[in-house]
Amino acid sequence: MSIVSILGALLILIGLWGMLTQTNIIKIIIGFSILDTGIHLIIVSIGYISGRTAPILDRAVSQADALRRVVDPIPSALVLTAIVIGLAITALMLVYAVRMHKSRGSLNINDYEDLKW
Amino acid sequence: MVKRFLMLVLLISFALMILPLLREIRPATELPPLAQKYVQDGPDELGAANLVTAVVVTYRGLDTLGEVAVLFIATAGVGFLLRRKEKKLGSSPKRPASEILQTGTDFLMPLIFLFGVYIFVHGHLTPGGGFQGGVMIASGMLLLFLSNSATRINHTVLHFVESLSGAFYVGLCVLGLILAAGFLDNRFLPLGKLGSLFSGGAIPIIYSLIGLKVGSELVGILENLRRNDS
Amino acid sequence: MTIIIISVLGFIMVVAAVLAIYSQKLLTAIIATGVISLLASLVYLLLAAPDVAMTEAAIGSGLTTVVFLLALNRIRRNQGGSHG
Repeated sequence: MSIVSILGALLILIGLWGMLTQTNIIKIIIGFSILDTGIHLIIVSIGYISGRTAPILDRAVSQADALRRVVDPIPSALVLTAIVIGLAITALMLVYAVRMHKSRGSLNINDYEDLKW
Repeated sequence: MVKRFLMLVLLISFALMILPLLREIRPATELPPLAQKYVQDGPDELGAANLVTAVVVTYRGLDTLGEVAVLFIATAGVGFLLRRKEKKLGSSPKRPASEILQTGTDFLMPLIFLFGVYIFVHGHLTPGGGFQGGVMIASGMLLLFLSNSATRINHTVLHFVESLSGAFYVGLCVLGLILAAGFLDNRFLPLGKLGSLFSGGAIPIIYSLIGLKVGSELVGILENLRRNDS
Repeated sequence: MTIIIISVLGFIMVVAAVLAIYSQKLLTAIIATGVISLLASLVYLLLAAPDVAMTEAAIGSGLTTVVFLLALNRIRRNQGGSHG
C-alpha cells in the first residue's frame, strides 16, 4: 500500500469521527469536507505509477512512447468530476444550515429533535 | 458514554473495512488494459493532446453530463432556499473596502478573466479545461464582490448565460449523435493536427460551454449567499 | 525524496484535520480545512496529476473556504439581528 492511500484513509477516519461526535452543524460539514478530500486522495493514488509523468502529449512526451511514460488518466478524470460535485454539495449543506439556524436559532444538532420519538 | 463507545466501534469497523482496499493498491508497473487503450487510441481517434480531457469529455462524457446536472440542481436549491420575500430598499451603510483592495481589483480582475478563458479554451492542449476555467472566472467575480460591496449582478444575464450554455452543451451532444458515430462524439468537426489550437473536433467548444456554465453557476451561488438582506 | 515530501505534507495534513475537528473557534476550523485542501493539491502535483491539482487548489482552498465564511457571516448576522 502506498503512503498516499494511507494518508487518505487517515483523513477519511478523522472526517468520519468528526461527523459522528461533533454537535455543531458547521463542524459536521467540515468533517464531511475532510472526508471528501480523503476519498479523492485514495482514488488518485490508485492511478500513480512511479517514475512516470503527467498524461499530456507535448514536447516532453511524444505520441509514440506515451504508453511507457504516462500515468493512468482515468482516475484523474473521475476525481475532477468528484471535486466539483463535493463543492456543490457542501454549498447546499451550508445553505441548509443557514436556514435551520434562522428557523430555530441554534446551531446545536441536539436541539433539532423533531424526528425522535 | 455508551454513545461514544458505539461510535468508536463503528469507526474501527469502518477502518477494518477499508483495510483490504488499501492492501490491494500495489505500486503498479504497467498501465491497466483500459488505460492502455485510451492512451493508444485517444490521440488518433479524438485529436486531443491532453488525455485527461479526452477521457472527461468524450470517453466518459455521460459522467460530465451528470455532473453538470448535479451542479445545476445544487445551484437551484441554493437559490430557492435563500430567496427573499420582498425587496428591501436601502440597506445599512457598509464600510468601503480598503484602497489596496480596490486598486488591486481594478488591475487584476481583467487578467483573471482572461486567464480563465485561456484555460478553458486550451483545455485539450494544456492541463486545465472547463471546470478549472469556470472556477477561475467565479473567483474573479468574487474579487469584484469583495472590493465593491454595492455590486449587483444582472440576474437575467446570469440566467441566460447558464441556461443557454447548458442547452447548447446538450445540443452538441445530440449533434454528435446525428452527424457522427454516437452521443457525445466529437468528430463532427475536423480533427486537425495534434497540438494545434483548432484540433480535437468539438472538444474546445464543448469545454468552453461547460466552463461558462460552471462559472455562471458558481457566481450565482456566491451572489445568493452574500446578499445583504436575508 | 518524494516519499519524504509526501510524509511531511501528510503529517501536517493530519495535524490540521485534528485541529479542524477539535478547535473551539469556528474560524480556525474553516481555515484548517482550507490548509488541508492546499496541501492535498501539492500532493496531487507530486502524483503527476496537474488537472486535479489545479481544480483542487481553486475549488478546495478557494471557493470552499469562501462559501464557509459567507455562510458563517450570514449566520452571525441573523444572530445579531434577532438578538439586537
